[in-house]
Amino acid sequence: MSSRFLTSWMIAVAVASPLAGCGHGGHSGEAVAAAGPAGNEGVIDSALEPGLNHTAVTTDPRAAAYYDNAAAVTQGKRLFSQYNCSGCHSSGGGGMGPSLMDSEWIYGGRLEQIHQTLVEGRPNGMPSWGGKIPDKQLWEISAYVRSLSLPQTLAAQTGPTPSQTPAPVPRSADQDTGWAPPPGTTNDYGATLLGPHQ
Amino acid sequence: MKTSLATVALVLSSGGALAQSVPEPVPANEIFTAEQIGRALSKPTPEAGKTVASERNAPPDDGQWTMPSKNYASTRYSSLNELTPANVKQLQPLLSFSLGVNKGQEAAPIVADNTMYVVTAYPNYVYALDLTQPGAPLKWKFAPRPVPASQGVACCDVVNRGGSVDKGKYIFNTLDGQTIALDVKTGKPLWRTRLGNINVGESITMAPVVADGKVYVGNSGGELGVRGWVAALDEDSGKLAWKAFNTGPDKEVLIGGGFKPYYASARGTDLGVKTWPPDAWKIGGGNMWGWMTYDAELHSLYHGTGNPGPWNADQRPGDNKWTAGIFARDPGNGTARWFYQFTPHDEHDYDGINEQILLDMPFGGSMRKVLVHLDRNGYVYVIDRTNGQVLSADPFGPVNSTKGVDLQTGRPILNPEKQTKLGETVHNICPTASGAKDWQPSSFSPQTGLIYIPHENICMDWMNEQVNYIAGTPYVGALVHMKPGPGGNRGAVTAWDPVQRKPVWSIKENFPVWSGTVVTGGDLVFYGTMDGWFKAANARTGEILWKYKVDSGIIGQPISYKGPDGHQYIAVLSGVGGWSGAIVSGPVDPRDGSAALGFVNTMSDLPKYTTAGGTLYVFALPH
Repeated sequence: MSSRFLTSWMIAVAVASPLAGCGHGGHSGEAVAAAGPAGNEGVIDSALEPGLNHTAVTTDPRAAAYYDNAAAVTQGKRLFSQYNCSGCHSSGGGGMGPSLMDSEWIYGGRLEQIHQTLVEGRPNGMPSWGGKIPDKQLWEISAYVRSLSLPQTLAAQTGPTPSQTPAPVPRSADQDTGWAPPPGTTNDYGATLLGPHQ
Repeated sequence: MKTSLATVALVLSSGGALAQSVPEPVPANEIFTAEQIGRALSKPTPEAGKTVASERNAPPDDGQWTMPSKNYASTRYSSLNELTPANVKQLQPLLSFSLGVNKGQEAAPIVADNTMYVVTAYPNYVYALDLTQPGAPLKWKFAPRPVPASQGVACCDVVNRGGSVDKGKYIFNTLDGQTIALDVKTGKPLWRTRLGNINVGESITMAPVVADGKVYVGNSGGELGVRGWVAALDEDSGKLAWKAFNTGPDKEVLIGGGFKPYYASARGTDLGVKTWPPDAWKIGGGNMWGWMTYDAELHSLYHGTGNPGPWNADQRPGDNKWTAGIFARDPGNGTARWFYQFTPHDEHDYDGINEQILLDMPFGGSMRKVLVHLDRNGYVYVIDRTNGQVLSADPFGPVNSTKGVDLQTGRPILNPEKQTKLGETVHNICPTASGAKDWQPSSFSPQTGLIYIPHENICMDWMNEQVNYIAGTPYVGALVHMKPGPGGNRGAVTAWDPVQRKPVWSIKENFPVWSGTVVTGGDLVFYGTMDGWFKAANARTGEILWKYKVDSGIIGQPISYKGPDGHQYIAVLSGVGGWSGAIVSGPVDPRDGSAALGFVNTMSDLPKYTTAGGTLYVFALPH
């Protein structure tokens, strides 16, 4: 635990110093460290958080209603087509836009992160839909999109068109705690950055 | 015709993910033969003269390659003959240059004054390489910085089909809708004109045509409900000279008293409005993202028009003029001279934007000034370019969506069994949405009299779906799944005799041939494959004489030029992508056959053969 504490502290200083040098007055090292375990300051997309204590997971309370909700994914499927999401993302496999049925998420794959992407848009071509589609519908589309890469949804594919029978999104699907070694990792030295290994 | 459901199986790939297998080919008895559907107004009369491109449109070869089509006639013929069938086996790579962009590279390298110019896929870098120095060092690089969001309105990968050099300028388009002229000496912009608007879904991917003091440009966006147009800019200033829409009222299409279409169906007032449901022409496509052709001899500009939008034809009853056809215009003021519609009320995404080759050809006992157009709908059209009359129309790929072209009315004869339907899948439609051939340009050799067609052999299943128009988003409305055509080879290079109206030879390729061809004075045809082979074939026999494996699949336009040392060089860009290659260049999942507008269904195995890349290769004999 002591090494973890040391590393966090060192990174906090490293981040703070250039900020001070650039004349961003008022952002001391202490201030950055104090802001660390942020609460509800928006949905965080990055798994990279300076320091080793992952606090990246935020929970938008609005998301809760769309987990374990079969109606939401069914409705989302309909809206996904109506709002031309399918024009770019096809039946989940992508085309003009990226695939949504694999486990790679450029801007985060939790339900709330998908919702955030729909609201804000993304610079490489994803339109911004906030204020253009009712928020409830954006959450339903998000639930459908989150469902596309679920094992249950993938298993329901019977032909060349996937995502026709979307499974509800279980709450457990998004209960990760930020970046962690992937399943199947047999040796994990990532948490120990200092000192010789035995 | 009897249709059969292709067997679709889900298999476990080596990675453990579910991967779609390539469907079974469409049976050969489901397509029509050339004898059944090919038509011409006259029997072949080769004795009337030799097929050539006129000197005005194809001047004597100076060894340069200043425009993608090589010359206005668009022959893509290099008269250089140092390379021959006898010595081509010794051809070897001289240099390669990474383009720094791993997306589909469709451009032709340009060679002028011993400098080579290359424009990449988005973000549309332009490189100038000094051919007089060993290794062709970089003279300059220009980064136009198109807005990144333009990637989101590019239907089929973020490609660019090239630029041209004229009067000290390199002129090209950017994905976000700009036309830019660079000073060839410095790489600095001389002018920069914005023509497109990504917020309505517009992008530009075509290669501008520079002729007669003007730059001719057209827009992309046929899958996003973008109204198609062509525009002419002043070559010196970039200022707009004229702009003509391809749908809408006559005054906006630039149709006036001088418009003399050959067929009655194109005559009338405001047909670009009347052949659509109310206001549908405003979001009706008809874009010009392929090849415009300037005719120096007749002082005409020919350009095709893209598919009507949406793909779901049930939402737009009518002929949908002026989509999926070809215009002849006055290049000076844009006014239309004639129009011919290859595919009225298109139901299968058969854009009319492929290349036209301007030839003087024997037909009906005399020499005629024709353009040869190889359409997505599968026919080789030989058209009298003085008036727009179709002289012959013959299938060069698998066709069952039509039963030939009625040469009295000019209209294709529809096959009701292959007409698309709302909510119902129609199986085994040939050719597929991307056509018997897409944008990839053919070449013509005056020595052999043959046209070397790079093409596809792909069919499809199609179901119409209701779609809403939302500006800046796709407006398609079809669920498409492509599959190989008869025989299973998804591509071919075919040597076509336009006078005898038949193929002389054909090379089968596993994947669609999405590169252009170039033919040389040494009777060699060069082309690339999507699995990364660059090949040379004997132009008379089709025998593959040489091949070289490059870093990524090839979908670009090869060229042949004379270096500063007087030797013949061959250059091509690698970098797989485009609509057919989105499965590799884009983040597309092979488990979704409908992905990339249905192309993934027949290309799910491509990632086993190639990876994304982007490299210029130059080849020469050892010397």
